[in-house]
Amino acid sequence: MNVFSYDFMVRALIGALVTGATAPALGTYLVQRRLALIGDGIGHIALTGVGLGLLTSTSPVLAAVVVAALGAIAVELVRERGRTSGDIALALLFYGGISGGVFLVGLSGSRTNANLMAYLFGSPLTTSVSDLVVMAVLGAVVLAITLLLRPWLFAICHDEEYARVSGLPVRLLNLTLAVTTAVTVTVAMRAVGLLLVSALMVVPVATAQQVTRGFRTTMAAAMGIGLLVAAAGIWAAGTYDTAPGATTVLVAIAGFLVVAVGVAIARAVRRTQARRQPAPDQPASAEPPDVVLTA
Amino acid sequence: MTVVEVRDAVVSYGGRPALSGVDMTVHSGHVVAVLGANGSGKSTLIRAALGLVPLARGEVRLFDTPLRRFRGWRRIGYVPQRLGAATGVPATVREVVSSGRLARRGFLRLPTSADRQAVHNALSAVDLADRAEHPVGTLSGGQQQRTLIARALAGEPELLVLDEPTAGVDADSQEAFAAALREFVVGGGTVLLVAHELGPLRPLVDRAIVVHHGRIAHDGAVPQPAGHHADPDHEHVHPHAWSDSGGWP
Repeated sequence: MNVFSYDFMVRALIGALVTGATAPALGTYLVQRRLALIGDGIGHIALTGVGLGLLTSTSPVLAAVVVAALGAIAVELVRERGRTSGDIALALLFYGGISGGVFLVGLSGSRTNANLMAYLFGSPLTTSVSDLVVMAVLGAVVLAITLLLRPWLFAICHDEEYARVSGLPVRLLNLTLAVTTAVTVTVAMRAVGLLLVSALMVVPVATAQQVTRGFRTTMAAAMGIGLLVAAAGIWAAGTYDTAPGATTVLVAIAGFLVVAVGVAIARAVRRTQARRQPAPDQPASAEPPDVVLTA
Repeated sequence: MTVVEVRDAVVSYGGRPALSGVDMTVHSGHVVAVLGANGSGKSTLIRAALGLVPLARGEVRLFDTPLRRFRGWRRIGYVPQRLGAATGVPATVREVVSSGRLARRGFLRLPTSADRQAVHNALSAVDLADRAEHPVGTLSGGQQQRTLIARALAGEPELLVLDEPTAGVDADSQEAFAAALREFVVGGGTVLLVAHELGPLRPLVDRAIVVHHGRIAHDGAVPQPAGHHADPDHEHVHPHAWSDSGGWP
């Protein structure tokens, strides 16, 4: 039986695909900057936005975007100052965010745990058409920024001091990246939930960079992997009736492990071959062998 | 024309003085080396000149413009000591060198053929054109350093500022680097470099500024190495203060 014959499954799939493309696109910059877990923190902060939205009976998604963006700007300002006490400031922000969220959701009268769980761990099967419209618009914004600004965002993530001496608007670009992270978190909230958002930002990138050589190719491959695991996750969740957010993340991690094992096997095979027949006309290369997955 | 002018610069890190009232002037077309031991303040001096370290007192002018009003960053090519801690995502040599072109390329503009040509020329100048599609992380230290120099050259700057460009760099890379620098100087470029050892760069340098304990100890001709340091076979491996070699008054 085809699970995608139901309308709600198709909506879940579309939402997951939007998430699958946008989260790794943004995540590539975060991993580049060694801030892989910052998405998790922003997700914590976004929960306060959800709580505010529910309490004031406005859109939880829009409230989450606004609060997460403010939180992301605060995180960026802490990072910019680069103090060691920044760690503590981030902890206050992140745990304040998630506690505030749980507190406000409780006050809002939607006391059912189901509602809170839906935001924390995702509930793609309840995606409505209006949810999809919001996700598509926000997703388009994220893709426009991550793809069109790639050379500039790459420059600040790769070597911020150099970017500054190049005269690039480093602070503006940093804040743009921070706010885009917040928007991405909100886009992914429906598909995988605020506590698992970071996984879709980081794991596809980690999987891709095992076999890629450049930044652009890593980003493209990570987006491809993101789309694949999002679709596979929704399909598996629908077919086997498992938690969709968690299933998607587990599929992503399984993909990472498969690629890691494949790369290790390919390397071992090459090493054995090289030992068996040392090519006389080829000088020993200092470069590691190209990794080929199809061994 | 005065390209870099530092007046009475004072910099301190957490209360500890790193520079105490330093003056430095670099004129157009000159090659100036800032020498000194580790921790002497030589890197701090050029970082302050670029606005990467805030001054507690004093002033910096770049191309006759006060630093805070200076906008002509495209005229400057900066080569940091090394690529910051290995970054998380692989990047090809071409991607890194292309980011040096952004100072000239308009914001949100696609690269023109002139931009691509400049990147290609910069890669050729440091003899890395055949490595353009390799990930920077797999290159040797010397090749990574040459990548950073190519990145600075890609912007076709008038002034190159280099922080310890030859530290820990193999002999081949040092030669490739000296050749690239010579070409830049012949083309009318100005160079300000920080070094512990000049090595193959020595013939290029017009003037040396020696920094010692945050003050200028010497400003003039390149000091000749004295004692066993003058021996061409001397393996310069140990860290030492400049005062140890005693080559200037």
